[in-house]
Amino acid sequence: MDTISRVREFVTRNFFVSDAARLTDGASLLDLGVVDSTGVLEIIGFVESSFGIAVEDDEIVPANLDSIERIAAYVDRKLAARGAAAPGGGAAGA
Amino acid sequence: MCGIAGVVALREGLEPVGLEPLARMAGALRHRGPEESGAYRDERAALAHARLSIIDLTTGQQPLANEDGTLWIVFNGEIYNYVELRAELEALGHRFRTRSDTEVIVHAWEAWREAAFERFNGQWAVALWDARAGELVLCRDRVGVRPLFLCEHEGRLWFASEVKALFAADPSLPRALDPRGLAEVFTFWSSQAPRTPFAGVTQLEPGHVRIVRAGGSSDRAWWSPRFVEGGTGGFAGTLADAEAALRDSLEQATRLRMVRSDVPVGSYLSGGLDSSLIAALGLRAQGERFLTFSVRFEDAEYDEARFQRRMAEHLGSEHREVAVSKRDIAAVFPDVVAHAESPILRTAPAPMFVLSRLVHEAGIKVVITGEGADEWFAGYDLFREARVRRFWARRPDSTLRPRLLGRLYPWLARSPVGQGAMSRRFFGQDLARWREPGFGHGTRWRSAAALWRLLAPPVREGLAGFDPVAGLLATLPPEFARWSYLSQDQYLEVRTLLSSYLLSSQGDRMLMAHSVEGRFPFLDREVMALAASLPDGYRLRGLEEKCVVREVARGVLPEEILARKKQPYRAPDALSFVGAGVPDWVGEVLSEAALARAGVFEPALVRQLHGKIRERGDKTPPSNADNMAMVGVLSTQLLHETFVRGRGGEARPAAFDTLVDRLPGARGGGTERKDPR
Repeated sequence: MDTISRVREFVTRNFFVSDAARLTDGASLLDLGVVDSTGVLEIIGFVESSFGIAVEDDEIVPANLDSIERIAAYVDRKLAARGAAAPGGGAAGA
Repeated sequence: MCGIAGVVALREGLEPVGLEPLARMAGALRHRGPEESGAYRDERAALAHARLSIIDLTTGQQPLANEDGTLWIVFNGEIYNYVELRAELEALGHRFRTRSDTEVIVHAWEAWREAAFERFNGQWAVALWDARAGELVLCRDRVGVRPLFLCEHEGRLWFASEVKALFAADPSLPRALDPRGLAEVFTFWSSQAPRTPFAGVTQLEPGHVRIVRAGGSSDRAWWSPRFVEGGTGGFAGTLADAEAALRDSLEQATRLRMVRSDVPVGSYLSGGLDSSLIAALGLRAQGERFLTFSVRFEDAEYDEARFQRRMAEHLGSEHREVAVSKRDIAAVFPDVVAHAESPILRTAPAPMFVLSRLVHEAGIKVVITGEGADEWFAGYDLFREARVRRFWARRPDSTLRPRLLGRLYPWLARSPVGQGAMSRRFFGQDLARWREPGFGHGTRWRSAAALWRLLAPPVREGLAGFDPVAGLLATLPPEFARWSYLSQDQYLEVRTLLSSYLLSSQGDRMLMAHSVEGRFPFLDREVMALAASLPDGYRLRGLEEKCVVREVARGVLPEEILARKKQPYRAPDALSFVGAGVPDWVGEVLSEAALARAGVFEPALVRQLHGKIRERGDKTPPSNADNMAMVGVLSTQLLHETFVRGRGGEARPAAFDTLVDRLPGARGGGTERKDPR
């Protein structure tokens, strides 16, 4: 499964979204009321445990986490950066 | 304190109601008034009463009438200034047979009609039947401490203190949940009067009087919260003057609630400022054996025992406490919902149910509590949050202003999401609408949105176009816009949270479940009027809440109580319903079959929610949204199983101690009065 499908599956399952039509990949999760301030923690937990990424404090911004496609793009960027780094993948975990 | 019920024919040609429906109604209300019961009946109307004797123990039976037996009353509540009103009425020539406050209402109605209610300082739901005029009068107190539900069915209007008594009256009454009522619960934490969670059942709005005649009925607000316009004007004195004025009116309010009772009065102690202050003032009025009651929690996170015990020691009261665990909450939850008669989004009413049982077992029938201080004197975080958000909205690009949110919510500062852009994004929603009504409540009213996502598609489609917030805002008084933002937020809090939820699901219903009457000095007529007249800064100074109340408490309360940070009253929520030892009912109401029967929620999504909470368990506590969703689903399911599918609330019919039967064929020439003893 590609990243965006995994993210979409997590969001719909974890936040009980059945109305797939409303939840487009670009829709703001905060504006839709799908995620509140603590729901963000669950997204971070998912990203870290499912993709082995460490989310830095300064990366916790709407540009990275406020829609399905933004989360997927952020994850792909982090994975790519880790792949490009020295063997051992230390960059993302630092 | 009591339960009341009755019926009136809305058109000619109907059979008089039988005594059996009246006995079933009074029986269903027995927990509200276990000591005596009574009924009145004529060809058009009937009244029933279940009594908890507090004032005038020997002659205060109901129904009760005026001198010539043409005006009959059933009454639930207290009129604290009845002694003074009685003297006025006697001077006008009215004669009294009893020492009760009930009889004062009868004569006050005769003397002043609708203007009588403004003269009452108290808490009540009352029904007056004027047999000569063919007129039924229903009235509720200012903020709706006492409940009154209504249902029109086949040409009759039925009314009762609780919905279960309506259902008991007539088995043909339709029983169904109202999706709009549920939608309001899933927004404001409770339905908003006149709506209820039940289709076809309404409630009289707080501060309203309804007059029902053969030709139709009229509904009028005789009182509603009124704040000083512009946030200034009104009270002109200094903060010290306001402190003196509040001390006087609060002392008087507490004294009245202690002495206007023929049985001992105890006090709740939460460990916080308001109940501590009320208990201290109550002790002064009592001056003898004084009982205080507290609920503790096994989970240290919620427990306030240290402060409760410190305060009890300070008072020298006879202190009793009961510890509540998650398992206790799960065990009593079905009873809690059966008494609340509404879905609830928090378990917080459950410990209050356990606490009133403790009071009952101690032989106490009346308690004073600190309810109302947070609404009238701006104690909640919501008021401070709204102030910060409006301050920020005036400079939306500021990064410093939203940092003030961290002062309100220390967890924000600790959380990785904390000071960051995500939380700014959350609290900054709708920032451009900061001048509009309801802005301050926006974050809270959106917080139960997860429940809307769980709704079954037909329910959701049925709610298309229904916006609970827009509906509420459409009923605001015209002067609302001229009040300060703080007063606007307080008005909305009084209506949506205090009247609709705290005094009801978490108040009256939990107290009366064990025949205990709550009395609330902060909801005294004079105290509320003073609060509404104060400049904003005397209530909320900067971000310091309940300013003038703190001034009054200084010198009365120990330093530890004064200095402690306000802790919202909370109980363990969703985690009460997962893990080892969970009672069977949880699985039953969440079963595929039960969910399909109720038809409110989509079973697959409920399974996801329940699974998520169960799997994560104590290690990853549920978010606020998931807590509310889980508790909301369980209570909605219980409500359906209890009242729609089941015959919940049915009880042994009352055997009336007092019966006044005015049907032409009735025994004893139309009147039979049994000796109640």
